[in-house]
Amino acid sequence: MFKQFWAVSLMSLQTLPQRLGASSVIVVGIAGVVAVLVSVLAMGAGFRHTLADGGRADRAIVLRGGSDAELSSNLTRSDVDTIGNAPGIAKDAEGKALLSNELVTVVNIPKIDTGSDANVTLRGVGLRLTQVRPELTITAGRMFQPAVRELIAGVGATKQFRGLTPGSVLHFRNADWTVTGVFTSNGDIHESELLADVDTVGSATQRSGYSSAIALLTSAAAFTEFKDALTTDPQLKVDVQREPDYYAAQSKGLSKAINVVGNTVAVIMAIGAVFGALNSMYSAVAARGMEIATQRAIGFGALPVLLSVMLEAVTLSLLGGLIGAALAWMMFNGHSVSTLGGAFAQVVFKLTVTRTLIITGIVWACIIGVVGGLFPALRAARLSVAEALRAA
Amino acid sequence: MKYFPLVWATLWRKKTRTIFTLLSVVVAFLLFGVLETVDYAFSHPSGGATGADKLVTMNKYSITLPLPFADVQQIRSVPGVEEVTWLTWFGGYYQESKNFVFALPIDIDTYFNLHKDELIVSDAEMRAFRDTRTGGLVNAALMKKFGWKVGDKVPLHSTIWTQKNGSLDWTFDIAGTFDAKDPTQASQLASSFLFHYELFDEGRSFGKGNVGWIEERVTDPSQASDIANRIDALFANSPDETKTQPSKDFAMAFIKQLGDVGFVLRAILGAVFFTLLFLTGNTMMQSVRERVPEFAVLKTLGFGDAAVLGLVMAESLLLCVAAALVGLALSFAAIPIVKMGLQGMELSRGALLPGIGVAVLLGVIVGLPPALRAMRLTIVDALADKR
Repeated sequence: MFKQFWAVSLMSLQTLPQRLGASSVIVVGIAGVVAVLVSVLAMGAGFRHTLADGGRADRAIVLRGGSDAELSSNLTRSDVDTIGNAPGIAKDAEGKALLSNELVTVVNIPKIDTGSDANVTLRGVGLRLTQVRPELTITAGRMFQPAVRELIAGVGATKQFRGLTPGSVLHFRNADWTVTGVFTSNGDIHESELLADVDTVGSATQRSGYSSAIALLTSAAAFTEFKDALTTDPQLKVDVQREPDYYAAQSKGLSKAINVVGNTVAVIMAIGAVFGALNSMYSAVAARGMEIATQRAIGFGALPVLLSVMLEAVTLSLLGGLIGAALAWMMFNGHSVSTLGGAFAQVVFKLTVTRTLIITGIVWACIIGVVGGLFPALRAARLSVAEALRAA
Repeated sequence: MKYFPLVWATLWRKKTRTIFTLLSVVVAFLLFGVLETVDYAFSHPSGGATGADKLVTMNKYSITLPLPFADVQQIRSVPGVEEVTWLTWFGGYYQESKNFVFALPIDIDTYFNLHKDELIVSDAEMRAFRDTRTGGLVNAALMKKFGWKVGDKVPLHSTIWTQKNGSLDWTFDIAGTFDAKDPTQASQLASSFLFHYELFDEGRSFGKGNVGWIEERVTDPSQASDIANRIDALFANSPDETKTQPSKDFAMAFIKQLGDVGFVLRAILGAVFFTLLFLTGNTMMQSVRERVPEFAVLKTLGFGDAAVLGLVMAESLLLCVAAALVGLALSFAAIPIVKMGLQGMELSRGALLPGIGVAVLLGVIVGLPPALRAMRLTIVDALADKR
C-alpha cells in the first residue's frame, strides 16, 4: 500500500513540469495569501513587541488614580516624594530611591516621508533615568544635561521624523532645543520618543506636576508590597501597575484591530486561492486521466491514487507558503512604520516576521492545499478505468 | 451582440473551471470593494456637521494641550469671525472603558448658534436642558444604545477630569435629545453627549480657565484661510501658540497621523490582483489551447482574424466584468458591517466605481495573450495539430 502510494506519487510529481502553468497557479495563489497574511500580522507582532515587551516586571508605573494613560495623569511633587519612600523600591549606593518622575508632553515634528506634522512624545525624565532604565544606551552623541534645553532622541524617532541627528536644533515652545544624542532602549516604545530633563520640560510647558513616576523595585516580587503601600496611603490617590501590564493594556486595541484585519483579509483571499487550487488540480487530474487509468488498470488501488493527488496539491501549496512567507520576510521584516498611539502621539515600530508567523502562514498554505486537493483527488480515485482509457 | 450566445456557450464549455474562476474573481472584487471603501473613508474624512465656514483653533503642539480661556475673547474680535465657542475633551465612558461616550462640555448659546444649521433640538427639550444645571443633551442613537430615557440620572467616568472631591465620576440628568439635521451626518454624532460648560469648569479640580479647543464660524467661507492666519498671528510668540485650520483638515490631520493606511491597503490589493491575474490568465490560456481546433473551424467558416480576436476578448471581459459586478455588489452589501468597525467615518459608495474600471482592465490583460494566439492561428496548422 505504501509502496503503491510512493510509486504513484513519484510518477505524478515527475510529470509536474509538464503541467507547469496550471501548477504554478497554486503556488502563486497561495504565495499571495501567505505573503499578505504574514505581512499584516507582522505589523501586529511588531507593535506588540514595541509596547508589550518593553517593560520589566520589576518596574512599576504610578499614575493618578483613574487615569488610564500617562497623558491624562497628574501627580504633584509631594506625591512623588511619598512614592519614593514606599517600601519595595530599589535604592542606589547613596540610599536614594531609584525613581524617575516623568512629565509627558507632545511636540510637532514633520515626518520624513510625508513632511506633514506628527505628534511626537517629549518625555521629561528624572535624574536617575539611567539607573531606573538600565536598558537605555546612548548610541551616538552624548546624554542631555539637566537645566539646559537639550534632549536625546530615540532611534525609532530619528528614522521617522526630521532633524533628529545629534547637534541639530529643534524649535518648539518659543525655545531652541539641541539634540545631543541618540539612544536605543531594547526596541521599546521609548525609542519613539524624545527624552529631556523633567524640570526643564516642566518649565517649558508651564506645568508644575508630573505625569507619572517610574520605580525600579528590588525584585518583581516586591511589587505587591510597593503597590499595597501606595494604594492604602490615604494621602495618595494613585494607580500602580507593573510596566508590562500597563503597556499591554495600551497596545491591546490596535494590535487586536490589526489581527482582525489581517485574518479577515487572509480568509477572503484564502477562499479565492482554494478556487484556484481546485481549478488547477481538476485540470491536473484531467490531463493525467490516461495515466491514472493505466495505473488503476495494472492494479494500483484507489487510495494511493487519491493520496498521490493530495500529495501533489499539498507539495505545491507548501512551496507557495514558503515563497509567500519568504517574500513577506524579505520585503517587510524590520521595516519601520509609525502610527498614532493611545496617547495621541506617534509610536514607531518595526514589522517583525516571527517564527510563529511563518509557521502560521505555512499551516494556512497546507489547509488551502488540502481543501483544494481533496475534491480533485476524489474524482481521480473514482475515475472509471474503462471510460478514461476509451476517451484517449 | 448576435455573437453573444456563442461567447456564452464557449464560456461554459467547462463548467467547473468557469465556476471556480468566476468565484475567485468574485472574491477578489469583494475584497477590492471593501478595502477601496475603507481607503476612501480614510482619505476623505467627512467634515461632519461642519462646513467650509468652520474653523478649529487648537494648541499648536497638540490637541491634548490646553489654551487659555482669554483667547476666546481675542478671537471674537477678529473681523470676519461670526461666532466663537469653546470645548474641552472630557474623555468619557459609561460604566466600562469600552463604552466610549463623546461627552462634550459646551457653552450652550455659542455652541448652538455656531452649529445652528446642523443640529436640531425641540424647543421644549432645549428649555429643559438650559434649566437643568446638571443636564445632558444626548444623541438619540446613544440613548438607545444604553437604554437611557429622558429624566435618567447617568454617571459618566472621565479619564482626565477629577472633581473637587477627587472623584472621576460625573453624574448628569438627561434633559433631552438632539440630532443632526442632515441624516447622512447622523453617524458623526452617534456617541455625542452634551453638557453645561459651567458645571464642568466649576466642578473640575484643576485646569480651570483653560479650554481644550476653540471653534469659529466665519461670515465668508472664502476668507476662512485668511482669518485662520489672523487668529494664529494673535498668539504667535505667546506661551500658547495656536494652530487654526478648517475643520475638515482638523479631522484629516488625525487620520494622517494614523499612518499610511492607504499604502497598506494598496499593497494588499496589489498582491490580490497579481494573484488573480495569474489565476484567470492561466484559465483563459488553457481554455484557448483546448479549443484550437474549434477556432480553426470558425476560421474555415469565414470568421476573420479580428472576429476571432473579438470573440476571445469578449469571453474574457464577460468573465471578469460579470464576476466583478457580483463581487462589488457583495462588498456593497458588506458596507454596513465595515461601518460598525469604523465608527464616525462615512463610507462612500462612489468608491466602488473604480472597481468596474479595474475589472475591464483585468479582462483586457487576461484576454489579450490568448486572443492574439487565437487570431494568429492558421487554419491548416490548427486543424492538423489538435493541441
